Amino acid sequence: MRQQANAEPCIKVLRAGPLALLQDSGRFGVRHLGVTQGGPADLYSWAWANLLTGNPWGTANLEITFGGLQLVAGRDLDIAITGADLGATLEQKPVPLWQRITWKEGETLAFAKPASGLRAYLAVCGGFVAEPVLGSVACVTREELGGFCGMGAKLAAGDHLSVHATELHAGEGLKQAPREAIPDFSQPAVLDLLPGAQIAHFAGRSLFDAFNTWWQVDDRADRMGVRLIGPRLNCKISTLVSEGINLGGVQVPPDGQPIVLLNDRQTIGGYPRLGSLSPLSASRLAQCLPRERVKLTAKGSGAVLEEYRSFRALFNANSR
Amino acid sequence: MSHKPALRNPRLESAGLDSWIVRLFEDIDEHNLLWLSALSRRCEQAFGDALIDLVPSYTTLLVVFDPLRVSPSDARTLISRILVDLEPDDSAHAGEIHELQTWYDTSVGPELSRVAKHAGMAVSDVIDAHSQQVYRVFALGFAPGFAFMGLTDPRLECGRLDTPRRRVPPGSVAMAGRQTAAYPTGTPGGWNLLGRTNARLFDRAREGFSLLRVGDQVRFVPVSREEFEREGGDTTPMEPLA
Repeated sequence: MRQQANAEPCIKVLRAGPLALLQDSGRFGVRHLGVTQGGPADLYSWAWANLLTGNPWGTANLEITFGGLQLVAGRDLDIAITGADLGATLEQKPVPLWQRITWKEGETLAFAKPASGLRAYLAVCGGFVAEPVLGSVACVTREELGGFCGMGAKLAAGDHLSVHATELHAGEGLKQAPREAIPDFSQPAVLDLLPGAQIAHFAGRSLFDAFNTWWQVDDRADRMGVRLIGPRLNCKISTLVSEGINLGGVQVPPDGQPIVLLNDRQTIGGYPRLGSLSPLSASRLAQCLPRERVKLTAKGSGAVLEEYRSFRALFNANSR
Repeated sequence: MSHKPALRNPRLESAGLDSWIVRLFEDIDEHNLLWLSALSRRCEQAFGDALIDLVPSYTTLLVVFDPLRVSPSDARTLISRILVDLEPDDSAHAGEIHELQTWYDTSVGPELSRVAKHAGMAVSDVIDAHSQQVYRVFALGFAPGFAFMGLTDPRLECGRLDTPRRRVPPGSVAMAGRQTAAYPTGTPGGWNLLGRTNARLFDRAREGFSLLRVGDQVRFVPVSREEFEREGGDTTPMEPLA
């Protein structure tokens, strides 16, 4: 490893806000034991935060939901904040997002509330220090796995966070995301869906509705899944024998209102599904606030694979 | 083991950019496990490092792979080739055999009486019927290490609680329909509680983490309160349902 643990914790949590979680790319290879995937709900913004701080793919950073978090730095740190605009300030001055900045010792970094989007990502050069549990530091509160303590705890006031020492030199690597790479979360989201699973069992009218409706994001939305409100979708089968369910899966319970499954979903489930969102569309949905509108659009796996490949290629090209 | 169901019409269904659901059967049957186990092994060989996760369940296997290394269409071809000459894995039929010491008592298993009433049996007969059978693990899910086992004596069949409990204590041994399970951690739950086991079902320090795996065999062994306590069991009684 090029990184070494810095003995001194160098960030102190003054206020935790509703939900701030440490997330690496997720927990893999243990889903057959009933352990969920975890990882960043918005993989796209999470990855960009690492890219802008020179961290390799998979480095753990903080997922800040809704805002409210206040941190003070114990030494100078190079950081990047991506994802939602949660009104972040350094010493009460607005912080530029989607670029590398310096957070000076003693300064307070504060997140207010959503201006656009729901989840922000804070990466520090070198990455946060935490002991992996079942191969990952991804924090899943329901399963009591991961995070800084290993027991799935979200950040709490008074926590001290450690950061790996880094060899990153000023000026090295990509420092700012190009304008076209920055998503506009204020626009209604159009989400790519790969048809699959039980789609053939849905009524024709329901299939028309599924792809021609502006769905509204329900209050019932968290890291397990996001419920959408709109016309009732009817499926000839109401429940299935439980089977493995994947990220982005769009399941339709008997009430006809679809639920899109996200990172902390249960590993098996028994509702019929229309298919799955593309990885980047699942990321986009995770930035939607309740009552925002989204549309589903059917897409083939060729186009979705192409999009995902170019997203990941960016990291191979720019990572050290 | 009586007959083995033949693989009639296996189907592949897309579960996203990085996964396929392989549907081997339509109905729950203990023998499905032999085929699912064989398919898992063959997928491990065929995908190698590109394999991310395999999630077996009652009738299906979810195969999750790295789409940067294997495209969805190549993955489909790999799995289809395996299905052509897949044979059930007879060596897997035994699975591991576990005996879970269980204290059956209404203080920690308040639905013993509900199940008894439903079945028209005495509580002691419910305990006998539940503990004399060897169960098979069909699937893990719901929570880390939570094993769905079955099938119970048909006389014990009993629906879930109308209102799930906010918290079921760890170790609780429970039933719903003709399935049975033990809760590894304290979670919300709507199953009928019959007792409590002192077995550590999920342990992050243990090799393999989960005590139970798909295909394993499990028997609940009744023990006295004294024995249960001696082995570290928690005898804290359940709070009554609100």
